[in-house]
Amino acid sequence: MNPADLKYTKEHEWIRVSGKRAIIGITDYAQKELGDVVFVDLPSPGQEVVKGDDFAVVESVKAVSDVYAPISGIIVEVNDNLQDSPELLNSDPYNDGWIAVIEMRDPSELAELMTNEEYEAFIKGA
Amino acid sequence: MSELKRTPLFAEHLALNAKMIPFGGWEMPVQYSAILQEHRSVREQAGLFDLSHMGEFFVSGPGAYDYLQRLLTNNLAKLLPGKAQYNLLCNEAGGVIDDLIVYCYDQERYLVVVNAANIGKDWEWFTKHLPSSGVTLTDRSAETALLAVQGPKSEEILRPLCSEDPAQLKFYSFVEGTVAGRPAMISATGYTGERGFELYIDAADAGYLWQELLQAGRESGLVPVGLGARDTLRLEMAYPLYGQELSEDITPWEAGLGWTVKLDKGDFIGKEALVAKKEAGLTRSLVGFKMIGRGVCRHGYEILNDDAAVIGSVTSGSFSPTLEENIGLGYVTLPYTEPGTRIWVKIREKLVEAQVVALPFVQPYTKRA
Repeated sequence: MNPADLKYTKEHEWIRVSGKRAIIGITDYAQKELGDVVFVDLPSPGQEVVKGDDFAVVESVKAVSDVYAPISGIIVEVNDNLQDSPELLNSDPYNDGWIAVIEMRDPSELAELMTNEEYEAFIKGA
Repeated sequence: MSELKRTPLFAEHLALNAKMIPFGGWEMPVQYSAILQEHRSVREQAGLFDLSHMGEFFVSGPGAYDYLQRLLTNNLAKLLPGKAQYNLLCNEAGGVIDDLIVYCYDQERYLVVVNAANIGKDWEWFTKHLPSSGVTLTDRSAETALLAVQGPKSEEILRPLCSEDPAQLKFYSFVEGTVAGRPAMISATGYTGERGFELYIDAADAGYLWQELLQAGRESGLVPVGLGARDTLRLEMAYPLYGQELSEDITPWEAGLGWTVKLDKGDFIGKEALVAKKEAGLTRSLVGFKMIGRGVCRHGYEILNDDAAVIGSVTSGSFSPTLEENIGLGYVTLPYTEPGTRIWVKIREKLVEAQVVALPFVQPYTKRA
């Protein structure tokens, strides 16, 4: 169910790496737990984040949820489509529902993230 | 923490894969499919709600009328047999202990329906003020289940199942009869702003009737609806929710519920304080507002004026599925209560612009052309 080429966090973010760039989003499990997403508070490009920082907020009808940086670096791009279409997080969490791109400062941090199989096992135990 | 209570329909909710949450001491379904979809189903077709967590007190005997007239703010003299009345239970200081619905069978028999989270304190208040004779008070909350069918299709769904024609029931009227052969008190009331019915039934019949209703309503688009959409539906109507818009620290005048307080009906608990507060004048009032800037306001967020001074706080806030805008209710001090006034809501340390608007946000079915 979760794409095999991504890395995952215990806070239910995914990360897709290409070179120094890491695209970040929330997982299918996370969007189902949140329910209908009605607002995404996006960071500003240029903002520096340290792994574990809350850098975005996703709000569903009932819940407010922080999104944590899975990796340290600089935010170089955000998904502005989410301003008018926050529901993309529900309908397509792994593609059109991406949240931000971080230019990684230390790609060795990637080793601490979960593989697809590890994440599947993690949410089964959740 | 004490165990969460469960309604007789708990197994039905699990079978439907509902997401369960704690609410007022109960484990209740917040959604079955998705809140927005459930909300729209109620506005456009119909929804089925389990409200069995609500409390049901029966008041009977020759002293029933006088007893309730002294306990409640609205005038029971206006409540005829077969009718329901929205009412408030106030303390001596004029604060609201609970908001509730009173059903009149006759002058010696009433049903009082109270909020689930307040059953304990309401019961204490009701028993504390019980006269030594002439009134029998019975808590039938555990034996009573409550189902609501709400939405424009609710009449056509219920008609073939009911012993009485639901189309004949006016808003805030009720009748005793049967639904799918089981005894039911059928009431044209609700918390959604849509044409709809509430069915008071035996807890033992709840599972059977839940299934019968879902099956009978399938072709009309009836879906089960959880507390999530119940909250967005009532918010669009600006119906107060106890614990948010109402509390013992808030008077009916401030809450915009002055129409439920009948000072000319004779003495009742809280009257003196309510008269004094009315004469002193309002310092704050409940208002509705729409977010102009981007952001969802939530319960507890501060409300500020143009000078960034705090003038109140948000009691309820959400995305409105009907308006597709972010709306909220909150208490603000005068003079910031007029529609059109610019206010600011503090969302995660940022001030986001909002505007006071007239209520309700969405017109109820009784007011639509």
